[in-house]
Amino acid sequence: MAETVIPLATIQPPQSYGRRVVKRFLKHRPAVAGLAFLLLLAIIIMVGPFLSPYTFDGQDFALIGSPGPMNAQHWLGTDELGRDVTTRLIYGGRVSLAVGLAGAIIATIAGTLVGALSGFYRGWIDALLMRFTDVMLSIPTLPLVLLLSGLFRPSPPLLVAIVGMLIWMGTARLVRSQFLVLREREFVEAARALGAGGARLMFRHILPNAIGPITVAATLAVGSAIMLESALSFLGFGIQPPVPTWGNLLNSASSWLSVAPWLAIPPGLLILCTVLAVNFLGDGLRDAMEPKE
Amino acid sequence: MAALAPPLLEIRDLVTEFRTESGIVRAVKGVDLTVEAGQTVAVVGESGSGKSVTSLSVMRLIPPAIGGIASGQVLFRGRDRQVRDLALEPEHAMRKVRGNEIAMIFQEPMTSLNPTQKVGHQIAEVALLHQGLTRAQAWKRAVEMLALVEIPEPARRADIYPHQMSGGMRQRVMIAMALACNPALLIADEPTTALDVTVQLQILELMRRLQREIGMGILFITHNLGVVAEIADTVAVMYGGRIVERATVEDLFDRPSHPYTRGLLASMPTVDRAARAAGTVARLKAIPGSVVDPRNPPSGCDFNPRCAWAIDACRAAVPPMFDVGNGHGARCIRWSELDG
Repeated sequence: MAETVIPLATIQPPQSYGRRVVKRFLKHRPAVAGLAFLLLLAIIIMVGPFLSPYTFDGQDFALIGSPGPMNAQHWLGTDELGRDVTTRLIYGGRVSLAVGLAGAIIATIAGTLVGALSGFYRGWIDALLMRFTDVMLSIPTLPLVLLLSGLFRPSPPLLVAIVGMLIWMGTARLVRSQFLVLREREFVEAARALGAGGARLMFRHILPNAIGPITVAATLAVGSAIMLESALSFLGFGIQPPVPTWGNLLNSASSWLSVAPWLAIPPGLLILCTVLAVNFLGDGLRDAMEPKE
Repeated sequence: MAALAPPLLEIRDLVTEFRTESGIVRAVKGVDLTVEAGQTVAVVGESGSGKSVTSLSVMRLIPPAIGGIASGQVLFRGRDRQVRDLALEPEHAMRKVRGNEIAMIFQEPMTSLNPTQKVGHQIAEVALLHQGLTRAQAWKRAVEMLALVEIPEPARRADIYPHQMSGGMRQRVMIAMALACNPALLIADEPTTALDVTVQLQILELMRRLQREIGMGILFITHNLGVVAEIADTVAVMYGGRIVERATVEDLFDRPSHPYTRGLLASMPTVDRAARAAGTVARLKAIPGSVVDPRNPPSGCDFNPRCAWAIDACRAAVPPMFDVGNGHGARCIRWSELDG
């Protein structure tokens, strides 16, 4: 008779967390479309300026005076200074996305740090940090930005810092709530019982378990950062001309709206589509990373 | 018998309190407990008896914001042979004790491991934390520990995540983490409660084997008297935050001298073939009433509202620990009458 060996324990088929996330993400159509759009956009803004025969501030003096129409040489026309709008749009995408990404990264780091300390230590640290968060949320964004721009000459690093500082609060609240829940989990208690201290518990044990929601928040923060940068540049307090961004392209187009509407539509549409794509992507990540056991 | 060295762990008159909205609640009301090296002491009691709070107090794991040790001593003889009172140690010193000299394993192996880290890393972390090993050495140590707790193919299993393991295997990993630094004392808080009976037995046997090999003392918290019989040398029965009876495991089962212990033993299911054949199977005897409400404890003996033997004297004062012979103690003024 054959001897049956009963294994001490069986290993489940190894389908890693990462693979499950990818599988679920691919089922989320808007998110996949958003990702495809963003990838395409990234390729265009990276490669575009090298292929274009124009530079973003190169002027065709024959066309100065009023916006030029769309034609074979200038696909989206020229602006009132005789510059190629397509090239400026692509180059402006670089600036807008870079500021958006960098601002979102700063917001995510700041928000995660504040949320982690708040949720982990609770008590007076939590009270202090959360009241500070409330204060930051209560500051009307535009007047503050106008004030800051009056005090400092806006440079890209400063703009990134301002954008980051204005959008970290949502992430902080989210991370705090995650930490409040996760700090009570038994594996945290077990790690504490084995001698782990505060920083190790926070960043090695709790943070990796909150990485899903944080990724989603970071993605959505990119959308907010792009919007904020556009708004600031539109109002003339962001990146200064002649460097184009989608926001200041929209600004310079606004005075020609009745004569040359083709100047305003492309940057507006790009901002809309990019933020929409980022939000779809965030939605898809949220659904994909949600732990379903 | 004169002890040559001070005991590994000696808890003296430990009182632990929690601050709640309805005032200060005393969860542990003066517990004395001694664990010698190489010995297993079981603490038995229902939920709310203070047994887990006692173990958390030893480890100083109760967040200061909600409570802590109010008085008493937790004397621990460390690796350096010096006796220290853990009740007075600062937090940074406790961090060096936890996982290193005293380790703890918990009830829920399914949730006590970090789901985002490979099990090998989790074991290696303990060694990294306390022994100053390099990453490579710590990983090697993790694989050795997995082999020690009888996990087959340890090198491969170190490289997987907890969710790929069964409950029994995860509890083995927990034990491997706890023992990675050869602690002198292991506190096991209901380590087998969440496991299948067959797996329970394997884990208990593993703990016994490791205790023989490493020589550590074990403080074993449980509500399961069957497990006590399996693993303990001596037993302390807790009720309402006090130890109501203490004895060697044989003595306790032979001669329970507190009505509560008797109730616990009577509530253990047994199989009586004759009674089954006759169709006269007795119902399981439950202890009437419910556990002490720590916010509103009864006067006198904590057990008196549920005790069939209770008399007025039981309600007047908390009974002292009576020596019923052979080092066996019971906190009951009527212990000598229980057999009558």
